Amino acid sequence: MASDKVATFTDSNFDADVLKATTPVLVDFWAEWCGPCRALGPTIDAIATDYAGKVRVGKLNVDENQNVTVQYQVRGIPAVMLFKGGKMVDQVVGLADKAAFKQMIDKHLA
Amino acid sequence: MRNVVIIGSGPAGLTAALYTARANLSPLVIEGLDAGGQLMLTTEVDNFPGFRDGIMGPDLMANMRAQAERFGAEIKQGRVSAVTVTGSTITVTTDQGPIETTSLIIATGATAKLLGLPNERALMGHGVSTCATCDGFFFRGKPIAVVGGGDSALEEANFLTRFASKVTLIHRRDTLRASKIMQDKAFKNPKIEFEWDSEVLDVKDAAQGVVSAIVTRNLKTGVTKEIPVDGVFVAIGHTPNTSLFTGLLETDANGYLLTKDGSKTSVPGVFACGDVQDHIYRQAITAAGSGCMAALDAERYLEHLGQ
Repeated sequence: MASDKVATFTDSNFDADVLKATTPVLVDFWAEWCGPCRALGPTIDAIATDYAGKVRVGKLNVDENQNVTVQYQVRGIPAVMLFKGGKMVDQVVGLADKAAFKQMIDKHLA
Repeated sequence: MRNVVIIGSGPAGLTAALYTARANLSPLVIEGLDAGGQLMLTTEVDNFPGFRDGIMGPDLMANMRAQAERFGAEIKQGRVSAVTVTGSTITVTTDQGPIETTSLIIATGATAKLLGLPNERALMGHGVSTCATCDGFFFRGKPIAVVGGGDSALEEANFLTRFASKVTLIHRRDTLRASKIMQDKAFKNPKIEFEWDSEVLDVKDAAQGVVSAIVTRNLKTGVTKEIPVDGVFVAIGHTPNTSLFTGLLETDANGYLLTKDGSKTSVPGVFACGDVQDHIYRQAITAAGSGCMAALDAERYLEHLGQ
């Protein structure tokens, strides 16, 4: 279903794959039971393709990875956060279109 | 030139798609961000006839979609930015270019209202929510508040007791608008408490970036109260998604599209169905029923034009 360009982030790989990454990382906090999260899936896949090589894109299942979820005070999904240099620098909460994510990413890529 | 374009993919839009597809009109459905409509945000739907054991809202919508597609309905993601009418040609402008059609079915639905408090938007996703099924999970063992007194508010309150330690229902009046069966369920639920005659003044704590309390005022006594909660679910009704049609179609005072003789709007060839034109019933089954009406009305309109 998900594109192979989309990584899977977990409590155990979050530090190495997101916080210590050399490129900015887009993290989609989601869950199986969340309808809007599933609706957002294709948009996240498209972003991963468009920004291949520039931004790492991945999903984090909030059901299975509660440490990261609690640490970033996620209390609503879908929530998409952008990490740069080990810090969360921006976020989009709720369903949004591709343009909204591009705008957020482009702002921090400059 | 298309025969029929349908804007919206909730029960109204997809039923209109099913009927117009079966009438060989090759409908195009343009679906927005909230594809599938409000049922995508629900869990079990127990009042849609034919599903005697109930069905999950998202599953019901997936079925409706597949059924419409089976008869050739085309469903496309897109954002509509304008609708204009010139003679008998209707132009729907989308982010992927303009689409010309002879008839248009509007099924854009309605969107959950927010309280309009300054801190509410800042705390969205960090404790403030309009979707219990999406976000209830984050409040396991925690106290939360639900604002509203209708069916949606009670459904959310009942659902949220699966997770929350306590649910405080805050309502402006001392009686509920919700159906009897929903009220009975809520009154029997030991985890639900009621704050009657109360309005919400504020949601705290924007400085910390998470919800810590909700501040209410009793409208009869004037007493304000701070209730510590970790989450606030807003279920105070809906606004019709009609901003696209301002100046083109007649609406009532609340912005709902006005329809007459079935699903006809004030512009020939333009039909409306579902919650965008219904502030009274607002059920999946009435939306689907009105979607069928719009499809049949559009079909008749096209036949007339052809003659």
